[in-house]
Amino acid sequence: MTSRNNKPIIEVKGLSKEYRIGMDRTYKRFTESFTNAVCHPIRTLRENAQPKDTFWALKDINFEVERGEVLGIIGRNGAGKSTLLKILSRITYPTEGEIVMRGRVGSLLEVGTGFHPELTGRENIYFNGAILGMKKKEIDDKFDEIIKFSGVEKFLDTPVKRYSSGMNVRLAFSVAAHLDPEILLVDEVLAVGDAEFQKKCLGKMGEVASEGRTVLFVSHNMGAVRKLCYRGILLSGGQTVYQGSIEDAIDKYVSGISTSVAHRVTYDIDPIKPISILEVEVESPGKHYGEAWDISDPITLTIKYHVKFDIKGVNISVALSREGVVLFRTWDIDDNIDLLRLRKAGNYSARISLPQNVLNSGIYTIYIAAGQPGIGAIIQYPDCLIFELDNLKNDSSQKSYSRGGIFRFPIKWETQRSDKLGRSYD
Amino acid sequence: MVQESPRIDEIAFQRADLKTVNPTMTEPTSDFELIIRPKYGLLDLNWRELKEYHELLFFLALREIKIRYKQTVMGASWAVLQPLFTMVVFTLIFGGLAQMPSEGIPYALFSYSGLLLWIYFQNALTNAGNSLVGNAPLLSKVYMPRIFIPTAPCLAGLADYGIAMTILAAMMVYYQFVPTAAVLLLPAIVFLTLLLAAGVGYWLSSISVKYRDVQFALPFFIQLLMFVSPVIYPTDILSGNLQWLLSLNPLTGLINAHRAVLLGHVPVDYIGLGMSAVITIVIFASGVLYLRRTEKYFADLV
Repeated sequence: MTSRNNKPIIEVKGLSKEYRIGMDRTYKRFTESFTNAVCHPIRTLRENAQPKDTFWALKDINFEVERGEVLGIIGRNGAGKSTLLKILSRITYPTEGEIVMRGRVGSLLEVGTGFHPELTGRENIYFNGAILGMKKKEIDDKFDEIIKFSGVEKFLDTPVKRYSSGMNVRLAFSVAAHLDPEILLVDEVLAVGDAEFQKKCLGKMGEVASEGRTVLFVSHNMGAVRKLCYRGILLSGGQTVYQGSIEDAIDKYVSGISTSVAHRVTYDIDPIKPISILEVEVESPGKHYGEAWDISDPITLTIKYHVKFDIKGVNISVALSREGVVLFRTWDIDDNIDLLRLRKAGNYSARISLPQNVLNSGIYTIYIAAGQPGIGAIIQYPDCLIFELDNLKNDSSQKSYSRGGIFRFPIKWETQRSDKLGRSYD
Repeated sequence: MVQESPRIDEIAFQRADLKTVNPTMTEPTSDFELIIRPKYGLLDLNWRELKEYHELLFFLALREIKIRYKQTVMGASWAVLQPLFTMVVFTLIFGGLAQMPSEGIPYALFSYSGLLLWIYFQNALTNAGNSLVGNAPLLSKVYMPRIFIPTAPCLAGLADYGIAMTILAAMMVYYQFVPTAAVLLLPAIVFLTLLLAAGVGYWLSSISVKYRDVQFALPFFIQLLMFVSPVIYPTDILSGNLQWLLSLNPLTGLINAHRAVLLGHVPVDYIGLGMSAVITIVIFASGVLYLRRTEKYFADLV
């Protein structure tokens, strides 16, 4: 009673998480381990005795969160944000360190976990609520509020497999939004649904935060983070790079991106997902490695991906961002709707050309995702590529000024001189 | 807005305080403290947490029941048809052609009373064994006591068992069999079968998170298991040594007792039942421990 409320609601001390890497598959066949052990006993023993190829997804993370604080956790893909939330949610365990939490924890790492297509909306509300840690009585009490927020009242007794994907997401988020914990952990779930619903979700999150509950929020949406959070933690390579005000954290994040230009990345095939991105590369034809790119240079983006089995309803989405603001988003199905209807198994290579003479000098990041339109991403890599455009070709008088702005369209000016005062075109 | 500077004196105080924490979920505001640490002892079963989440177990079992026969024409009658048709085929082949002895009762009744419990066990074990891999999103996206995932199908199977029981009741009326007072043991026998299916299910589902071979081996294993259980033949057709060997299978005692308490045609073999109970409890307890021991890696492996 005395000091309890003065203590931070979350304390994270020396938290580290180690993952093993270097396995093609995340699971092993028993016979494989068995034959390895029998045929190469020495090698197997040595492999088991030696530390495997490991990497630290998180390394020595320390922070405290005060009661009622809304903390944003930001950082690039692979910085350890999601791992941190998973450990805080007790989904996976830390390798080292300790966390103390002084409140009931509710975590929202995915919208609609446990939704079953055969069950009705009503049934799914109960099951999903229970899975998220709500009691039956709590769900009963909030039932009307949940359906009102979701806007699917009419279809409450229809199996959710008959729902449109948007309805599905709205219902799922509505259940999750009515979780009532003292500590709420939220991971990127706002990246679903249409813009209007996203706005509604963001409003709900703000409401939760203003009720004095503690929220830990992971997102790539800097706008949302800035709006909701007071304090931020910037993670990079599993370590805390900065903690302090959210404005500073975002500044550091954005400028951190700019120091690390990345024109090509490769990824491993994900054994579980139906589609995996293999390689993404941005290049300017004719330019050598390390050469600066001009705003008038042609720039192409190549995406190589692997489809495990014939799939329907999937698009490849590319977004170009600058300083955390998405400039545009383009889908491969825009030009070829057949790809949405059926994408056969195999390896694909897709190429797009970015518009020339449109983007101003600056640092741009590319987001790649494979997803289901209107539902969400199957696999996504925010900020996977970073490139810089310079204004090289224009003469020095123009070059020395930074005009600012995102775009640099070739705007035509027509200027005439007239001796008359007033309107000359009457 | 302002970053808190570390307060070293307070941290030292809190560290000393941690030993007296109370990991309960029930009093959220006052005394609640949850500690997450890397290690987790062998016997740390955290009963409180299971109690806290017990509603979820029933929700999961209910979900299992509700979805089982969705989009089927015959719905829950499948719960009856499966043992019924198996019984008919077995009666024709083993009772008719092979002239299998059946403890002096009609073969149809003999095989159905065995199949009733066997099919419950078979379905419960199949669903439990595949449950963790089949519910991968639950493992990687939410926190809950993982043990509920394989337990739920074992509970849900009881509904099918109850439905299929009506056929046995009808058959008993037809053949004029009246259960004796020993039928009061029936709930205990069914409960032990549930523990057995759950116990084996805990082992197999935990292993299958890492080694998917289990998914292929399981149907085969179950098929073999039926032939070493007294479902289609009575135990006494075997020689003494083989009978002894068969009694190591906990299902032997359970199926024999299940048949005896319902039909009352032979006295209940309490020694056999007791032995099955002991083996069942050992399997169940070891399954619980194994699952609780390995569950912390599930999210990383599945």
